[in-house]
Amino acid sequence: MAPLNPTAVLGALGAGLLSLGIGFLFGFALEQAGFGDSRKLAAQFYLRDMTVLKVMFTAIVVAMLLLSVFSGFHLVDLDKVWVNPTYLWPGILGGLILGFGFIIGGYCPGTSLVSLATLKLDGLFFVLGTLTGILLFSETVDFFAIFFNYSGAYGRLTIPDLLGLDPKLVVSGIVVTALLVFVGVERVELMFKKDRQLEPSSARPRKAAALVLLAGAVLVLFAGQPTLQAKLAWLEPELDKQLESRQFHIDPGELLSLMHNNRIRLELFDVRSEADYNQFHLLDARHVPPGKLDAAWIRNLPPEAVKVVMSNDESQAGQVWKYLTARGVPGVYILEGGINEWLEIYGTAAARPLPEKVHEEDRLRFTFPRVLGSSDQAARPDLKDSPERDFTPKVKVLKPVPMEGGGCG
Amino acid sequence: MKDKPIQKPYMNPYLAGALLGLVLFASFMLTGHGLGASGGLARITAGVVDLVAPRHVDRTAALAEMAGGDQNPYDNWLVWAICGVMLGGFISGLLGKRVRVETRMGPHVSTRKRWLMAFIGGILVGIGARLARGCTSGQALSGGAVLSVGSWAFMMAVFAGGYLLALPVRKLWN
Repeated sequence: MAPLNPTAVLGALGAGLLSLGIGFLFGFALEQAGFGDSRKLAAQFYLRDMTVLKVMFTAIVVAMLLLSVFSGFHLVDLDKVWVNPTYLWPGILGGLILGFGFIIGGYCPGTSLVSLATLKLDGLFFVLGTLTGILLFSETVDFFAIFFNYSGAYGRLTIPDLLGLDPKLVVSGIVVTALLVFVGVERVELMFKKDRQLEPSSARPRKAAALVLLAGAVLVLFAGQPTLQAKLAWLEPELDKQLESRQFHIDPGELLSLMHNNRIRLELFDVRSEADYNQFHLLDARHVPPGKLDAAWIRNLPPEAVKVVMSNDESQAGQVWKYLTARGVPGVYILEGGINEWLEIYGTAAARPLPEKVHEEDRLRFTFPRVLGSSDQAARPDLKDSPERDFTPKVKVLKPVPMEGGGCG
Repeated sequence: MKDKPIQKPYMNPYLAGALLGLVLFASFMLTGHGLGASGGLARITAGVVDLVAPRHVDRTAALAEMAGGDQNPYDNWLVWAICGVMLGGFISGLLGKRVRVETRMGPHVSTRKRWLMAFIGGILVGIGARLARGCTSGQALSGGAVLSVGSWAFMMAVFAGGYLLALPVRKLWN
């Protein structure tokens, strides 16, 4: 099901060529729209020629509408589609600066490449300027890293999330707004045009196109978006197959090495009962009862972190793994054998095994002289004192933590 | 006399927008992400600096994440994408007879001044795009289509910035 993972399907070269092809059509469309010409782009801001707004808004509406319709018919999983994380204030300030540069220089990055490709010299100078600006930013970002990384950082936040509205209402609302904006823009253009020469009338195709968009909006309203339950049900076979393959179960030895790797952002989720958690849990493991796993909690998960879910054995952790993965959380793993196997390997004298006959699925098979929490040595065993384990590493690090400099910065 | 080809008119903006929207949609379906331009340029910057001063790249976090150590900054879909953008723009320009060495500018500005302004504007756009973690393609278009709050705020800010400065710099274009 879409979205595809091109590297897995096509290999590295194939994925690259796919990006090349998509880029080709992107550049083609930009040039066809007239975006290789700085005068046409700048005219947007003098209200003579609002092509920029028309093209951008149409493109957004068409792509948004198609994604919603396809998602409504279970043809694409929107939770797996990349949504630019919101960094509100750096985004707004960056947007303002980019807007200033746009009207002074006449391009934005994508359009300047098209301009350069059609041998416009101003496009060439603009691209050189952009490369210089990127260098200036990269050299200085450390001085305002806190603003850049934390100011208004809301993670994956969409307009329906923000307003608490059903996505289908937001999508149809944007379609209607866009159509009204287009009508308004056409009037404004007529008012500000220098030569009042009217273009050949093309009202009929425009009306037809508007009707198509409206029909799309109605379709979205009726089809709606899949509920979480529906989605879990339809993804269940695929997720079960992935669980059975055990490619997401990591050996206790691998987890131990991750706990000692300070270049990895590691999040440990303990999904057992609070009583079990209090008895014993791994150092820095967060107690996450399954009821806590709502949308807001999931949104605050750092996407680049390696997330390891654990229960006493594996079955409860497997359920949570399925839930998180279905909601599009990347990089979730399960501790193989759970806390029980962990204690069998790394447990100290404080952990006493219970007699065989009380063994039940996903029950703690150890008892402790007192409530240990994470104070026991086994909560984060030393690497050198622990039995060495032979395992195949399965964790794929999405993004290593950058080395931070010392000092109080 | 030199024969100067007459350039063909551009595509209807709504049609071009619909085409762009289809490309964007295809990108989401086939790759899981939208389009991008400034990210590819950032990798070229990192690659060029890495040629001249590799140790400086390793010490500068924002460059090191792309070209630090023995990482190849060009090994990324964004670089393929901007190559594609230039190729697509070139072919479309050929079809429209618009490929020619020239400088596009307002009627009351010298070529040199236009070049300087293009360079200065480019610097601002480079800074803005990195600060906003994307440009009109990767942030406004792509994030806009998936309803990211930050992307819509960014898009409004871009238009606000352009309109705020449009009157003061009108001599450049009118």
